Amino acid sequence: MSGPLRDPKGATISFSFDGKTYKARAGDTLAAALLANGVGLVGRSFKYHRPRGIMTAGIEEPNALVTVGEGGRAEPNTRATDVFVYDGLIARSQNRWPNLSFDVGAVFSLAAPMLGAGFYYKTFFGSAKRWMFYEYFIRKAAGLGNAPTKADPDRFSQRAAFCDVLVVGGGPAGLQAALEQAEAGKRVILVEQDSILGASLIRDPQELDPAWVAATAARIRAAGGRILTRTTASGYWEHDLVTLTQRLAEPGEVPPSGVTQRLWHVRAGQVILATGSIERPIAFAHNDRPGVMLSQAARTYVRRFGVLPGKRVVIATNNDDAYKTAQALQDAGAEIVAILDARPDFSNAAVGAESAGLPVWTNAVPSSVTGARHCLSGVTAIVDGQSKHWKADLIAVSGGFTPVVHLHMQAGGSLDWNEAAQAFVPAVSRQNVTTIGGAANPDPVFPVTPVSNPKKSFIDFQNDVSLADVDLAWAEGYRSVEHLKRYTTLGMATDQGKLSNMAALGRLAEKQGVSIPEAGLTTFRPPYTPVSMGLIAGAGAKNAGAHVRRLALCDVHAAKNPIWQPLGYWFRPRAYPQGQETLAQAALREAKEVRTGVGMTDVSTLAKFEVSGPDATAFLELICATTVSKLAVGRGRYTFMLREDGIAFDDGTVWRLDENRYLLTSSTGGADRMATHISYVRQYLCPQLKVSAVNVQEHYAGIAIAGPKAKAVMDALIKADSPRHMSTVPADIAGVPVIVLAASYSGERAFEVYVEASIAAPVWAACEAEVTAQGGCLYGLEAMEFLRIEKGHLVVGGEVDGRMTPMDLALDKMLNKAGGYIGATGLSRPALAEPGRRQLVGLEAISGDIPEGAMLITHKGGSPHGHVSAAAFRILEGGSVALGQLKDGFSRHGEELIASSPTRGQEARVRVVHPHFYDTAGERYRD
Amino acid sequence: MMQITCPHCGPRAQSEFIYERTVDSVVPLDAAPEQAMAALFSRTNPRGVDEEIWRHTYGCRAWLIMTRHRVTNEISATRAVGPEALP
Amino acid sequence: MSRYSALGLLRGALNGQKHWQPAWRDPEPKAHYEIIIIGGGGHGLATAYYLAKVHGLRNIAVLEKGWLGGGNTGRNTTIVRSNYRLEPLHNFYEFGLKLWHGLSDELNYNVMFSPRGAMFLGHSDADMVKLAERGDAMRCDGIDADLMTRDEVAKLEPLLDMSRDARFPIQGGLIQRRGGSARHDAVAWGYARGADSLGVDIIQKCEVTGFVRDGNAVVGVETTRGRIGAGRVGICVAGHSGHVAAMAGLKLPVESQTLQAMVTEGVKPMINSVIMSQSLHCYISQSDKGGIVFGGDPDNWPSYAQRGHPMVMEGAVAQGLALVPALSRLRMVRTWSGVTDMSFDGAPIIGETPVPNLYINGGWCYGGFKATPASGWTYAHTLATGKPHPLNAPFSLDRFERGATIDETGSGPMPNSR
Repeated sequence: MSGPLRDPKGATISFSFDGKTYKARAGDTLAAALLANGVGLVGRSFKYHRPRGIMTAGIEEPNALVTVGEGGRAEPNTRATDVFVYDGLIARSQNRWPNLSFDVGAVFSLAAPMLGAGFYYKTFFGSAKRWMFYEYFIRKAAGLGNAPTKADPDRFSQRAAFCDVLVVGGGPAGLQAALEQAEAGKRVILVEQDSILGASLIRDPQELDPAWVAATAARIRAAGGRILTRTTASGYWEHDLVTLTQRLAEPGEVPPSGVTQRLWHVRAGQVILATGSIERPIAFAHNDRPGVMLSQAARTYVRRFGVLPGKRVVIATNNDDAYKTAQALQDAGAEIVAILDARPDFSNAAVGAESAGLPVWTNAVPSSVTGARHCLSGVTAIVDGQSKHWKADLIAVSGGFTPVVHLHMQAGGSLDWNEAAQAFVPAVSRQNVTTIGGAANPDPVFPVTPVSNPKKSFIDFQNDVSLADVDLAWAEGYRSVEHLKRYTTLGMATDQGKLSNMAALGRLAEKQGVSIPEAGLTTFRPPYTPVSMGLIAGAGAKNAGAHVRRLALCDVHAAKNPIWQPLGYWFRPRAYPQGQETLAQAALREAKEVRTGVGMTDVSTLAKFEVSGPDATAFLELICATTVSKLAVGRGRYTFMLREDGIAFDDGTVWRLDENRYLLTSSTGGADRMATHISYVRQYLCPQLKVSAVNVQEHYAGIAIAGPKAKAVMDALIKADSPRHMSTVPADIAGVPVIVLAASYSGERAFEVYVEASIAAPVWAACEAEVTAQGGCLYGLEAMEFLRIEKGHLVVGGEVDGRMTPMDLALDKMLNKAGGYIGATGLSRPALAEPGRRQLVGLEAISGDIPEGAMLITHKGGSPHGHVSAAAFRILEGGSVALGQLKDGFSRHGEELIASSPTRGQEARVRVVHPHFYDTAGERYRD
Repeated sequence: MMQITCPHCGPRAQSEFIYERTVDSVVPLDAAPEQAMAALFSRTNPRGVDEEIWRHTYGCRAWLIMTRHRVTNEISATRAVGPEALP
Repeated sequence: MSRYSALGLLRGALNGQKHWQPAWRDPEPKAHYEIIIIGGGGHGLATAYYLAKVHGLRNIAVLEKGWLGGGNTGRNTTIVRSNYRLEPLHNFYEFGLKLWHGLSDELNYNVMFSPRGAMFLGHSDADMVKLAERGDAMRCDGIDADLMTRDEVAKLEPLLDMSRDARFPIQGGLIQRRGGSARHDAVAWGYARGADSLGVDIIQKCEVTGFVRDGNAVVGVETTRGRIGAGRVGICVAGHSGHVAAMAGLKLPVESQTLQAMVTEGVKPMINSVIMSQSLHCYISQSDKGGIVFGGDPDNWPSYAQRGHPMVMEGAVAQGLALVPALSRLRMVRTWSGVTDMSFDGAPIIGETPVPNLYINGGWCYGGFKATPASGWTYAHTLATGKPHPLNAPFSLDRFERGATIDETGSGPMPNSR
């Protein structure tokens, strides 16, 4: 089947298909190269495993699906018509076993009468387990290609662009429009999905000066326009934002730059769609076989690629365009054995063809074809009501043209019905988009009614959906276009219905007895053609799009080889094992040191806010549910914050640094949420207040020093008397200004030192030196947890889980009695005071170790009354203790329960107690 | 992806903004309990135009009120809030 | 209703498929029904089915403004599970899961319910404790949940990236083996056919435009096909709940947002279960036709446009590829967006409204599909008796203002934090 137009010596590129090596010419698609090498059988259909070849020359190809490439860059389900051959390309056919020629799956064809649309809804009954048995085989038969298993070695990049005019389509209309706009001084981007510009001019170069395309492109570029080939406009979003997918390398090709595809987000002032039309097939029996090709595709193979796809050719058409195909094929040396024109009268083109000696039949519609696995052998048609037959190896069909309106519709447009063309064309649009060229003005056609056996007349080739399936769906009541589509699965394959939607609508309209526009339309959604997942993910695929938040002092910590703990996007030291210590051993040692000596830890991630101004106090008494105004200068207190619905959602401390200046701290986990909340309250709810509330979370690093020796350490560091518990002073450490807060999370005498992050290192070094000199050590989050649980301090995300009120947490005595704080009104909701609520309790083990997260039940098999929110042990004496939430917990002290974890096979018997296990009188804070 | 006109920065991509809540959901600081809970929990949620509070989080970080149609995404107005926007 | 069976398929093969009957009628609306359900999605159709099947009621209508099953039922990621932390939720969904396990036989329509396992991945020790807590809560209420080690996760899903230096390394998982996926369209069609065969009128292309009142009570609806009287009316319209409720002067604790999802081209089997994550916000499964079904968080802004922000999907896909790198060269072939009604505690709303004879079923956020049978069952009970079933009693409309919310994520009345 290699055509006389093609010089064999010009084929210098090597590629392989199913293990055989062939030669191709630069610029060939894989499909063109296969045809040039006489390869007609390229794939097997999804359900019936019917032999399939190459039907089109474009992205609408439903049949010639192959896997191209190897390893992690192999791309399954690649249209052979949409990949350009490069040296060393490796392609394999899909969905066949053991091979393409002898595919065992062809037996499904025999069962075809039972496997029509929706057959699986009517059978395979029984238990769910039994369905999974059938499903195993169905899933193995389903799908076409195989996904790669190795990692993708290439990169995908993203780019944003802005322009005045985005032109989609590099054919004559698009080029002309881009030229006019660019030379009028507009910033223009022109995109074309093919590798070369020209579109329709490529298959019909006779229609314009051959140099026009290149010259126009040069002028566009000279005027500052940007032209992107191998670039598809994929989605039209809001406000004229269009996403483009650009290939920098072909499927399976090693990209020279390492980047294989690029995703563009283009904001355009206006969009001009010059997207042309896609030719329609005609429905007749076995119209899916190799040797059945769209007419413009056949013409393209001859004119663009120099390949003759058949030697004895039948043309079947309902319009004038296919006559150009007849001419082109004849010029290339094919014999045109018949032109079947469905129209009743001879058009000018038909008259012209007949005068040129071509055999033209009017009132002629193909009814079936016969063929071998790789090409046709004959065509049967009904001509004036009589059956006629021709021997032929190719039938080139043209059933009309479907304008590509996808982007117009995605933009929120509407459609008009063009009766002469039997097609939908763009009408009104909500956004700044217009459609020009063939997409707006498709050729007139004559509507063809299929004369063939509906069972074998395919309309969705890839999903093996025939006219009979549409009829069956109709008979069963699936009559809206969406029901029809979903029941038959037509339009849901990789070609997204580009060849099947109109045929389906036509049949539906016929059944309904209405015109096509009255029958309905499916929704148009991105992507216009399928898009690689790697491209959508972009660089985010490696790290799940999650940046890392590093402590200001992270290098200092890293040098000590801690065990790191992720906390949201942060990484914080969990423990600093010495020698061969396990995590548990290190954490226990660290916690003991804090209880008996002194420990030091990094608390930089805490949320911190500087609130200042004449209205600072009033502002804080909105945010905090406790009083603030009673704080003297230099004093601080524990506080907590409520959501508007009265639920406690964060806690922390507030310190009065000066008359009208405060430092507010709150949890790490809630930091971003608190920052947004504070900003919202300040900016939206009380803009009139004279206050400034600045998020200083990352401005300050924080160091905590805790333990009975902490005061000695702090005295030495600041060379002064350290503040008493819950007081604050400014100070200097190692010559660096710091704020010292005497606060304790651990339950020991403790201090928190806040210092500007960029100059924290020398302060840390000084602290560490002093702590070490006192025989102390660093401690991490694990030890911090043990310490705070034993003390009974709450943690946001644990006890404070977004469902507990201050009453539930036994914090209600601290509520500001004057009210007025955010959440006060929410607290008055009646159910918040009803019995049966979860309340904060302590738990001590009677036997076993209390598992964190375990359920609290009264007896084996009972339903949970609560759960363990945090489990630890008495650090110095040993013994498992925990904090938890328990229904009506305040009134159940002394009760014995079971803490049960069936998933871990663990349980403990526990007693309900007060949620404080250490120094309930606060003696450790006194000097 | 909408283009939103920040009152300070001009037209910017939607990805720079974060939606916070609707204007009708706002609980005024001096609201009585029933009024507060009604605002918080009873929304008009119209299939048409509504006023919403957004923040230019990845830009100037200012808050703004946007009047937008929730089917067509046509934004008819944006205006600044905060101390600078006080009369 | 002609029964479906393998024998029937064979018969059809022999007689040219001539004996199949329409799966449901296309009746004209009557002047009055005992109960009208507004909304012919999965939930509305399931409700109608159970009203007829369980409560023996025949004079029922489902009014659907478009085509049945055409809303969120027709475009979701089809995950079925009951692995929720809070008791009212997991008990409700578990009741539904038991119904799922017998649904195909019950409806004589293969809904292709495939209990292939619904697995949450854990990426840190803290995640694993949270998963254990969820699993313990379920197990203590008699629902299946099992922790999985790294090795067990890798064995179930060989294509997961198990490397220890991944950004969020997989440490283990929690699996509900009885959970999985189903064919969404089949659920709607199966319930429709079943309800229709029991005498329920399913009236498509019939949009409710207002309520007919007698004093405060609802006594009927105005529609694009005329006025229809009703004893009771149940709203069941998902993302349009607020829109319909407004016709009765009601405001709801719900905000409508867009949820995007997608499917790739079909490939041979590669994903065996339904993969979700405790830390990442995406879910991955493979349909029986081979496409990878994929989704993530909703677009966090109000919308009825059924179009989302492309970068929301890009972010979700980035997370998906971090979990399953093999997805990279697969191609997204179809996307869709639904309007989800985000309630202000993440739990649904099923029950009475302040308007006599008017009931509401909505607020499903993005978890409605798995609830279809349980939602239908309990809503049918509510409509038939006028009072909630014990399983939907906690999901009352007034729980927000009363303070009895059921907040699985603890985020409160700001749907964006969910």
